[in-house]
Amino acid sequence: MSSKSIVIIGATSAIAHGVAKLYAKDKARFALVARNAQNLDVIANDLRSRGASHASTFIADLKDIARHDEIVRFAMSDLGRVDIVILAHGLLKDQTEIDNDVDATLEIFEVNATSMISLAHRFGCALEKQGSGTLVGLSSVAGERGRRALYAYGAAKSAVSEFLSGMRGRYLPLGINVLTVKPGPVDTPMTAGRTLPLLANVDKVSLDIRKAIDTRKHVLYTPGIWRVVMAIMRSIPEGIFQRMKI
Amino acid sequence: MPAMSWGRYPRAQHTREETPEWRQQLVRAMSGHDTFLAFGLGRSYGDVCLNDGAGLVRMHRFSHILSFDTTTGVLRAEAGLSIAEMLSVIIPAGWFTPVTPGTKFVTLGGAVANDVHGKNHHKVGTFGRHVRAFELMRSDGTVMVCSPTQHVDQYRATIGGMGLTGIITWVELQLTPIASRMVEEQSIKARSLQEVVELTEEADADWDYTVSWIDVMASGGSLGKGILLRGRFSDAADGSLASPQSSQLLRVPFDAPSWVLSRPTIKAFNTLWYNKQLAREHRRHVDLEPFFYPLDAIGNWNRLYGTRGMLQYQCVVPMQNGVATMKSIIGELQRGAGASFLAVVKKFGSHTSPGLMSFPQPGLTLTLDMPNSGRRLFAALDRCDDIVASVGGRVYAAKDARIRGDRFISMYENYSEFVQYIDPRCSSSFWRRIHNS
Repeated sequence: MSSKSIVIIGATSAIAHGVAKLYAKDKARFALVARNAQNLDVIANDLRSRGASHASTFIADLKDIARHDEIVRFAMSDLGRVDIVILAHGLLKDQTEIDNDVDATLEIFEVNATSMISLAHRFGCALEKQGSGTLVGLSSVAGERGRRALYAYGAAKSAVSEFLSGMRGRYLPLGINVLTVKPGPVDTPMTAGRTLPLLANVDKVSLDIRKAIDTRKHVLYTPGIWRVVMAIMRSIPEGIFQRMKI
Repeated sequence: MPAMSWGRYPRAQHTREETPEWRQQLVRAMSGHDTFLAFGLGRSYGDVCLNDGAGLVRMHRFSHILSFDTTTGVLRAEAGLSIAEMLSVIIPAGWFTPVTPGTKFVTLGGAVANDVHGKNHHKVGTFGRHVRAFELMRSDGTVMVCSPTQHVDQYRATIGGMGLTGIITWVELQLTPIASRMVEEQSIKARSLQEVVELTEEADADWDYTVSWIDVMASGGSLGKGILLRGRFSDAADGSLASPQSSQLLRVPFDAPSWVLSRPTIKAFNTLWYNKQLAREHRRHVDLEPFFYPLDAIGNWNRLYGTRGMLQYQCVVPMQNGVATMKSIIGELQRGAGASFLAVVKKFGSHTSPGLMSFPQPGLTLTLDMPNSGRRLFAALDRCDDIVASVGGRVYAAKDARIRGDRFISMYENYSEFVQYIDPRCSSSFWRRIHNS
């Protein structure tokens, strides 16, 4: 297998790091983007130690959409040719914490939806220009049905999922794959301190994602059980669903 | 999951558990007023990794690799990195951990704090001897790089220091080169404990890795009959470093009822196991995984011991009269209703560790796993401590859940020197049990 060139947005997130580790083993080349410079350096050194043949870093607050073009330029020129773009940044807050805070609600949207869609769009165009590649967006099973316990985050992820679906339709004929990843709750710092059902291991989720990228899958539920769980969830009538404590 | 030790006895309630992933979070985790203890993967057996009624800093996410030079085999990583994950990176590059305990699910920080040893102790000594440097973060905010030439006092106190001298943030190791992941293994049957020891002495000269499994439930002359396992890494002839298809990890999904591992079933298992190998000598080429980590193939095997948990006992006694000493220890346990799976015997070599509180010393080490069967067993273990102390031996803190404080202190001649390097905010259940007794 030839080594891949990979752009990771939100490279300090646990799932992004999990996937990157798997590619580092095969001497992948990385362009890494995240907000915290110190932490991003740790990640870059970690990937180099694990075999990455290149890891450059770019610091940006991803809410700052004005800088998104600059991010794309950095990544494309740094790597030359890009095989995989992974959009992994995200922000999770307890719904009850933001129930009465519209600014915090919109911030959830800004990070998880607007910024993600902006970068997906821009990288989509860049991949189109080079005529190949895979775009991976980290969405969530939370985006499949609005529910009391997590609706701001869920709605943002829903927007991302639907946007990526449309992009897939647009790019399929051009040989560019768009992969939507829908993890269930994963045992990461993002979910720490919360009691969640079927908490998955980040290494297992990362392996699933790598496999889905390599086999050019369209939509990945990980762990796989969530495909079934969400099919059931979607089929429950709204009046009943919103009275269920889930 | 609340933090537990591998023996699942004693249980502890922690008032605060922090799981830092980044350095600034680690600093924050050490703030506050209660005491804290760094916790890795909970593979020590008793209470050395617990801090009942106080704080725990869980280190498993603080696990990035900081640098790895594939030419020199020097690796520096954050202390929460497990040996398992380290191996997945270093083996393909032709390197192996210089020392490994019987499980790969330990962190580098834990390996230093307990100064772990392995089947090659007679050749290379403990884990601590291969640590080129580490960084220690103290609760007062001091950060120091410790090595054989810098902050030597803290270096010696922290190796084998049971996590009490502060938090180890990173560890720099000198790895061992390997040409292949295959191990040349020979197993040789011995009819008695005496023969086990003789075979060990003979094998230690030529073999990098030696260990024996003995049957301590057999009686009379065949007490301690067992199988000596010796091995060395293959040289380049079959030099594959690529990892084989990983097999599905079996798991024990629930706490087994207590009869599953009781005296009769353990006795039957031991007999079957000894007779599995018919020939006196058996040779094979095996992957390093089954050679070094046979039990890692069954996740949570400790749950087979049920909700009362298990006790492990590991001691080292001098070579002189070593066989007789071990026989009297085993005798006490047999009388005390202790039932043990195959016990492990190994000869420690003369390489001394830099660690003040390091367990290994020259002699024979004996390790037994026993279901926690209650008071009679505890009394028998106290008598074992007496025997060990009387010959100038030691009991291993990383395995212990019950030794009397004064007994333990009498076994470690550097105890009073060690105490002055303890971080005032670090503590553990083990330490309070020993120090305040």
